[in-house]
Amino acid sequence: MNFELTDEQTTIKKAAREFCEKEFTPELALEFDEKEEFPMELYRKAAKLGFTSMRFPEEYGGQGYGVLEDCLVTEEMCRVDPGLGVAVTLGTLMFPDGLLKHGTEEQRRRYIPPLCTGEKICAAAFSEPEHGSDITRMDTIAKKGGNKWVINGSKEFITNAPFADFFCVLCQTDLKVTPSHRGESLFAIDRGTPGLDVTKLNGKMGIKPCVTGSLSLSDVKIPETNLIGELNKGFYYALELFDGTRIAVAAEAVGMAQGALERALNYAKERKQFGSPIIQFQGVSFKLAEMAMKIETARLITYKAAWLYDQGKMDPMITAMAKAYASRVAMDVTDEAIQIHGGYGYLADYHVERFHRCAKITEIYEGTTEIQKLTIIRSLLKRGFS
Amino acid sequence: MNIIICVKHVPETAEAEIAIHSSGKKIKTEDLVFDINEWDNYALEEAVQLKEKHEGSVTAITVGSEAADSTLRKCLARGADKAIRLTDKAFEGSDSYVIARILHKVIQDLPFELILTGAQAGDDGYAQVGVVLAELLGIPHATMVKKVEPLKGFVKVNRELEGGLEEIMEVKLPALLATQTGINEPRYISIMGIRKAMKKEIQVLSLKDVGLTEEEVGESGSWITVEKMFIPPVEKKAEILTGGVDEITTKVVETLRGKGLI
Repeated sequence: MNFELTDEQTTIKKAAREFCEKEFTPELALEFDEKEEFPMELYRKAAKLGFTSMRFPEEYGGQGYGVLEDCLVTEEMCRVDPGLGVAVTLGTLMFPDGLLKHGTEEQRRRYIPPLCTGEKICAAAFSEPEHGSDITRMDTIAKKGGNKWVINGSKEFITNAPFADFFCVLCQTDLKVTPSHRGESLFAIDRGTPGLDVTKLNGKMGIKPCVTGSLSLSDVKIPETNLIGELNKGFYYALELFDGTRIAVAAEAVGMAQGALERALNYAKERKQFGSPIIQFQGVSFKLAEMAMKIETARLITYKAAWLYDQGKMDPMITAMAKAYASRVAMDVTDEAIQIHGGYGYLADYHVERFHRCAKITEIYEGTTEIQKLTIIRSLLKRGFS
Repeated sequence: MNIIICVKHVPETAEAEIAIHSSGKKIKTEDLVFDINEWDNYALEEAVQLKEKHEGSVTAITVGSEAADSTLRKCLARGADKAIRLTDKAFEGSDSYVIARILHKVIQDLPFELILTGAQAGDDGYAQVGVVLAELLGIPHATMVKKVEPLKGFVKVNRELEGGLEEIMEVKLPALLATQTGINEPRYISIMGIRKAMKKEIQVLSLKDVGLTEEEVGESGSWITVEKMFIPPVEKKAEILTGGVDEITTKVVETLRGKGLI
């Protein structure tokens, strides 16, 4: 057993930290939180340095690392700023991963390299207005018409939708089959395809620089070759993709919690009440100790989930535990960070309230905490204890 | 143009709480974060930029423990071609003169046109190694360098002087330049750079490889010994200025200028 990061992993972590600390200035973080816009320039800069293509193979322009190294970058980004951090790390969300597992060589060559360089951005469209946690049936329907697929329906809460160049979209392709999830398929759709319309969603609670939108698909015609993998296997592909992204969400949560802890610790050392720094009061210092404990345990299980994934031993139960646990830790820790800051913590300029608002999403997207618990209990029932 | 950069792995002390070691002669470094010396970071960037413009290679050298590998990896990730670490238990306690001697022994056998060092180190601030090394090698040097332009057989350098003065001089090659911070904008480490750096080997040399004796290095070979290190007590002084606005303003400006604050 070995709990140490390798020299290479430490170097990656440090490089990411250095980049974020210089680029994600407090002013920029506040600005983008307020205007709810994607930090395109920052994204391209991060992509050029390789931070957004960690887990893609070198032959497609990626960096050839695993999920663990990707998580290290995500953690550092969210530690410096949760909003900008999430936005920058999600520009290459899921689409390349799906293609690498099931796409044709032609699809990979066409889509992945420009995503690695940051010229293009992608989106994964699974959720629908009526289907969030339950994606066993899709209301978006793809029908074969000649040598084209014709797609009709709508998608909701789609990260990057307003400016994504490529979408991977989960559709129902067999309406009769039971169970219905055996009739879902995954398609690649390019921006600009007639019938594809996008609307930006405003007013999110947190991660505002990570822009979200809705898709409407009305007689969208795409070539047969845009089917990803096999017909009617889309549901399984989607679940498999979530196994990877859930670990990334856990890493986001760990980073957010760490950033909030550091801010709270610094504040507690400087802020004086009753003649001494408030860290001298156990009511405050014990909070900080507990925050640190929680973060360390969340980090351990997140790294374990990532390590298992990279070893080819992906364990859905550990992944679910990491996501559910780390996201709860992020909520608790960012809440306490505000409490330690007192009245100042309630102000945007002291940043911790933003960490708290951003942390909430980690309990929701890529499978809510409740869905993670279902995965955990199902695994427990199935496998027994050794 | 073949360039050698001498770098140092130093503790970051700007924001850390500093405590004195029980020997009373150095600071406690156990809990401190180490990184490349800030001045050397600029020297590294300058070397890499010169290489990119004029070809050749960049070799990074450090005297330090195995922990210094992270600084050397940083050099490799940012564009250095080779890295050498000089490590020996006997090197501990060496002063700047001994460090320069150790470096000299290795560098004298390497091909180079230019050596770049940071103007000083962020931890001890002696600003000596570069200058002594140049003397040992018998080559010209310039300190506080803030611009470098290689020409045929010499380099044109700008030196930063006190009071905002700057001087331009020509230095015959091969030469050693001790660079100032702000000379360039150091690039970020890229993931591609890290991948390349991890594939390269760091050459490690010991006392024996260097060709010096135990007496010649460490404290026994040093010309300077530290007697005591301490944190000066904080003095609190308040001065109430009286008089008209103009008079007070003048006094404020004079006081600040006297303390070198403006």
